[in-house]
Amino acid sequence: MLLVPCPNCGPRNSADLRYGGESHARPDPATATPQQWRGYLYLRDNPAGWLRETWYCRSGCRRWFTLERNTATNEFRTPPMPGDKRGGKA
Amino acid sequence: MTGIGRRLRRRPPKYSAAALAWRGMRGDYWPRVWRDTELKSSYDAVVVGGGVHGLATAYYLARNHGITNVAVVDKAYLGSGASGRNTAIVRANYLTPEGVAFYDRSLQLYNSMALDLNINVMMSERGHLTLAHNDSSLRTMNWRAEVNKLQGVNSSVIGPDEIKKIAPALDTSSHPRYPILGALYHPPGGIVRHDAVVWGYARAADYMGVEMHQKTEVLDILCEGGNGPDGKGPGGKVVGVRTNRGDISTPVVVNCTAGWAGLISAMAGVRLPITTHPLQAAVTEPVKVFLPTVVVSGSLHVYISQTDRGELVFGAAVDPVATYSIRGSLEFTEELAGHVLELMPGISRMRLLRQWSGLCDMTPDYSPVMGFTPVDGFLVDVGWGTYGFKAAPVSGEQMAEAVATGRTPKLIAPFALSRFDSGELVGEKGAASVGH
Repeated sequence: MLLVPCPNCGPRNSADLRYGGESHARPDPATATPQQWRGYLYLRDNPAGWLRETWYCRSGCRRWFTLERNTATNEFRTPPMPGDKRGGKA
Repeated sequence: MTGIGRRLRRRPPKYSAAALAWRGMRGDYWPRVWRDTELKSSYDAVVVGGGVHGLATAYYLARNHGITNVAVVDKAYLGSGASGRNTAIVRANYLTPEGVAFYDRSLQLYNSMALDLNINVMMSERGHLTLAHNDSSLRTMNWRAEVNKLQGVNSSVIGPDEIKKIAPALDTSSHPRYPILGALYHPPGGIVRHDAVVWGYARAADYMGVEMHQKTEVLDILCEGGNGPDGKGPGGKVVGVRTNRGDISTPVVVNCTAGWAGLISAMAGVRLPITTHPLQAAVTEPVKVFLPTVVVSGSLHVYISQTDRGELVFGAAVDPVATYSIRGSLEFTEELAGHVLELMPGISRMRLLRQWSGLCDMTPDYSPVMGFTPVDGFLVDVGWGTYGFKAAPVSGEQMAEAVATGRTPKLIAPFALSRFDSGELVGEKGAASVGH
C-alpha cells in the first residue's frame, strides 16, 4: 500500500486514488510537430528515482494534483500547491 | 584417461537416465554447468540481461549464425529477474494476426526445447482456459478463436458444460457474482519450468563459447557520433559498454532487460515508451492434483495453474502505480483470494505459502519493442510486460537474426520502436494478460 499525501484530504491509501503517471508539459498545439506529439503521448523517462507524477483523488476531493515520488523507495516529497493541474508546469 | 572421460571434459555431460545412473554409482559430482571466465576487453556482441531473453539471443547467435564471441552480462545472477518470477504459462491464443504468428512460433520452439537443449524443461501441454464472465468478453473470445483458427492455432469457444468437464473444480453455476458464461479453450497452452529454460539456454550457449558474466552491472553504454551528449542519441553508433568490472569494446549491444529497460536504453540516448510496474504472484501449499488446465479470468484479474508438485500458482494484473520497488501488498492478497474463491469455492481452506513480485515493462499497446533503434548497433528486446516468458525462444531467435543479418526479420517487424512514430500500434490489450 502507498500512503499518498493528497494536498486537500491528507494521507490516503493509493487504492482511493487513480494514478495518472509521469507529468510532462503539454506541447503547444499551435507549434508542436507530429514528432513532439508522439513523444508526449508515448515516450517516458521512467526513472528509478525521483519522478514528477499526477494523481486523481477519486474518492476524496476529486481533483488532479502533482506530486514527486521516488520510484525506487516509494517515498513522496514536496507537498504540491493546491490547484495544480494535471500536466501543468511546476 | 578413458574415452568417455575425455569427452566429458570437452562437452557438457549429457543429461540422461544412463548418465544419472553412471554418475550416481561412481559418486561423481556433476561439473559446473557454465564457466566463470574473466571479462575480455572486446566482444562481437554484448547482451545486457541474463534472463531467458538475453540467454536465448546469445544461444541462437551462436547456434544459428556462428557468432560465438558474445558476452551476456547481468548485474545479479542468471534468471534473477522476471525469468524466475513469472507464472510459467505459455500459449499462442493472441488477438492480432501479428501476435498469434509470433507466439505460435515460440510455442513450437518450447515444444522441441527439451530435445534441442538436452534439459528437461517439464513442458506440460495441458490446455488453457480463458474464462468469459460477460457478453463482451465472450465476443472477444470468439474473435480471438477465429483469428487463431485462421493462423492455424488450435482455439475454440466452449460453454459452461464443457468447462465443467475439463476443470470440475470451477464453479460454473449461475450463483457467483460473475458467472462463467463460456471460455476460450486453447489446448496447446500449458506451463514450463522456467528455471530449467534459463539453465538450458545458459548451458547450451556456454558450450558453444558464449560467456556469461554474472554480477556484472552495466554502468554506461559508450557511443560516438550521436547528436546528444557524449556522442549518444539518434545518428550515433555503439562502441562499447562500461561495466563495474571494466570497459568492453563492442559494435553491438542488445538490451534484453526487463524492469531496467528504460534506464539501459537511456544510456545510449534512446527513449522508450515504457513504464515499469510490479506484478505480484503467489503460491499455495501443495495438494493432490485437481486442476488439469491453466485457468485465466480477465474480469477477475487472475490466472491459476497447478504445478506438478501440487501447488496452485496465482498471478494477477500489474500494480497500477509505476515503481521499481517489488514489495508485496496485503491488498493484492485479499483481492486475489476473493477472486480465486469466486471461481473455485472449494479451495477456501488452502493456505498461501508465499507471495512475490517482479518488474514488468509496460508499453502503451501491450506489445513488445523489438529490433533496431536510431542508434546504430543498439538493439532492444524490451517492453515485455506480462508476456515475456512465453515469447523468449522466438525473441532470441529473431533478435539473433537481426544482429547477424543487420535486417529486421519479418516476424518482429510489427514490433519495431518506429511503430510509435508511424502510429501502427499492435493492440494486444485484450489478449495480453488480465485486467488492464
